[in-house]
Amino acid sequence: MDVRSQMSMVFHLDKCLGCHTCTVACKNIWTDRKGAEYMWFNNVETKPGTGYPTKWEDQDIYKGGWDRSSSGDISLKGAGKMKGLLNIFHNPNLPVIDDYYEPFTYKYLDLTESPQMDIQPTARPVSLITGKPIDIKMGPNWDDDLSGTPEHARKDPNLHNLSATEQEAMFQLEQIAFYYLPRICNHCLNPACVASCPSGAIYKRGEDGVVLIDQNVCRAWRMCVTACPYKKTYYNWSTGKSEKCLLCFPRIESGLAPACMHSCVGRIRYLGVLLYDADKIQSTASASDSSLIDEHMDIYLDPFDPRVIKAAQQNGVADSTIKAAQESPVYKFVKEWKIALPLHAEFRTLPNLFYVPPMLPVMASISENSKDLSTLNSKAKAWDDKWLYDTSIDEIFGSIDNMRMPLKYMANLFSNGDESLMADKLKKLMAVRVYRRHLTVGDISEAKSNAALSDCGLNPATAEAIYQMTSLAKFDDRFVIPAAHREEAIEMLESTSDVKGSTGFGFLDKPARGI
Amino acid sequence: MDVILFGAFPYVALVIFLVGTIFRYKTGFKYSSLSSQLLEGKKLYSASVPFHIGIIVVFLAHLVGFIFPSFYTSFGGMSLVYLEIGGLIFAFLGLIGLVFLFIRRVTNDRVKMVTNKMDLLIEILLIAQFVVGILVAIELRWGSGWYASNMAPYLWSLFAFSPDVVAMAAMPLLLKLHVVGAFLIIFLIPFTRLVHFLVVPLHYITRPLQVVRWNWDRKTIRDPKTQWDDIKRPENN
Repeated sequence: MDVRSQMSMVFHLDKCLGCHTCTVACKNIWTDRKGAEYMWFNNVETKPGTGYPTKWEDQDIYKGGWDRSSSGDISLKGAGKMKGLLNIFHNPNLPVIDDYYEPFTYKYLDLTESPQMDIQPTARPVSLITGKPIDIKMGPNWDDDLSGTPEHARKDPNLHNLSATEQEAMFQLEQIAFYYLPRICNHCLNPACVASCPSGAIYKRGEDGVVLIDQNVCRAWRMCVTACPYKKTYYNWSTGKSEKCLLCFPRIESGLAPACMHSCVGRIRYLGVLLYDADKIQSTASASDSSLIDEHMDIYLDPFDPRVIKAAQQNGVADSTIKAAQESPVYKFVKEWKIALPLHAEFRTLPNLFYVPPMLPVMASISENSKDLSTLNSKAKAWDDKWLYDTSIDEIFGSIDNMRMPLKYMANLFSNGDESLMADKLKKLMAVRVYRRHLTVGDISEAKSNAALSDCGLNPATAEAIYQMTSLAKFDDRFVIPAAHREEAIEMLESTSDVKGSTGFGFLDKPARGI
Repeated sequence: MDVILFGAFPYVALVIFLVGTIFRYKTGFKYSSLSSQLLEGKKLYSASVPFHIGIIVVFLAHLVGFIFPSFYTSFGGMSLVYLEIGGLIFAFLGLIGLVFLFIRRVTNDRVKMVTNKMDLLIEILLIAQFVVGILVAIELRWGSGWYASNMAPYLWSLFAFSPDVVAMAAMPLLLKLHVVGAFLIIFLIPFTRLVHFLVVPLHYITRPLQVVRWNWDRKTIRDPKTQWDDIKRPENN
């Protein structure tokens, strides 16, 4: 057992309001530079939709991630030792800038400096690459809120195995629903970008599992862009180096949450440590399709198990890190409550970002309130017009099968196509709502609430804990960041007084393009 | 003049090449192939692939003739003709790719934005070098034979620090041009994107796929028995 710690994340999709504050916070810190204008280390997509870069989930186009052969071995789909070196002069699977979008700005100065004319001056869009006027055809987040549109929502790669009738039903005007999918780098356990990098510039940090690109070693062989199935490594066309989300490691090392998580308005993001067994990475990543998610969940270890603690200590994991793993909100969501799932597990990179699937599309149903108001308790509010957001249907879990976002579609994203696994998570979330409705509204009896909970393996105490963590969690509950113990590294290297007052992390050189 | 061009300049070029590439490597960040495929992908295929294949084969052929001259002198008759034809095919492949690369670089708006003067200069020089080289091969027939017997000794004499300027001075003008061009390109390598051939990632073949870097050896440092001297400095810190 080779116990290591991993910074991992949970995004609670029910809470995401699609405001893009995370995106802007990240942009302002990391990618507001020449050559990086088109990069969005964090972006928020509307689902169903094509995403960014367009149709990134369709690996028939982009050839990202790992392929499992019939003998059970895995290999990179579009890169790797043979393919990478043979395609080094021209990578046939590399997206071009138009697959993302051509970065642009507007000539705002024309508005104020225009001479007096009969017509209003306009701010024309210009390309940030060539500086010439362009017709904007794509932008970041171009399909925002455009569910149902033929150009975007209906080209969602996750609809591939939904029948035409199912798709038609999904996009009926009365049925149209959408939710937001915020994405950052998954800092995978079996990262395809690392495996594809010919020069060995990309690496996983041993201490906390953050995946980084060494800018001094990157030689622009650009295989990482192909290999990452989430398309979260980007090639900087100006400096000739690839860049990616760094999980704001300078902030994490100082005990701060990453910018995207810190700024999250909906408080959907959770960050914490998971302990995992590095010996099992290869066998887990090569697991069969049906057992992939189960084995992925099994690779994370119980931080309360004395054997795990002992093995972790022997491996040099600090006691503060083990304590953080025990308090980790991610561990609770993923392992204890089992309501969070990885995005597109079938890419086999073992991502460390988990999503609590959204319930809103399941629940929405407004009807004239026929209930007897006397069943409501003192906390409940009855509207004058007797219309109510009706969740108290007789068949509590019935709406899951009939949800507006088909289960098959959700399963394609989060559970490797396994609909029962997906339904299981949604049932748990529904049961917690039933439990809370019983407490606050009172039109659901305790017996019914308990039956709903026990039906999916929960009890009132767990449901209360899920509710607390979901709705009321404070900053320190959502982000449990262990000390980085950087002082140990500094002590080893040189006297701390030498380091004091230096410029900080990263380069002292300006990132100029090579001569 | 001959002494300057064939006695002194090769040394200047080689010293600048060595010092320049090492200095540039030390600054790290500036070593990159500066790929422009993200900005333009389709035209690059028919340009970059033939160019790279052509120049690598031609370069290796020159290298083999320099290191093992006897390999080429063993050819004769029809086998020599086939060898020359093979060489010419790769030379033309490289030249055509290079011309396509040049056209792409000066016509595509996006690629123009990532083009600097050195890119253009080195591409023009390489085109000239290819053209002169092909002319040498056609005009001064059976070059693979006399390259091994006449040119290799001159190159060896350079490395023996007693350059055989007299032998070089007697060579035809075309060949002189080719030799001066070669050293000029070597001279310019540290100032151009050509440095990327020095960091060809062949170590990828033997490397384990996944790379993990530890900022420090926490296992050792947290062991109470560890002595101060036992702790190794991590490479990347």
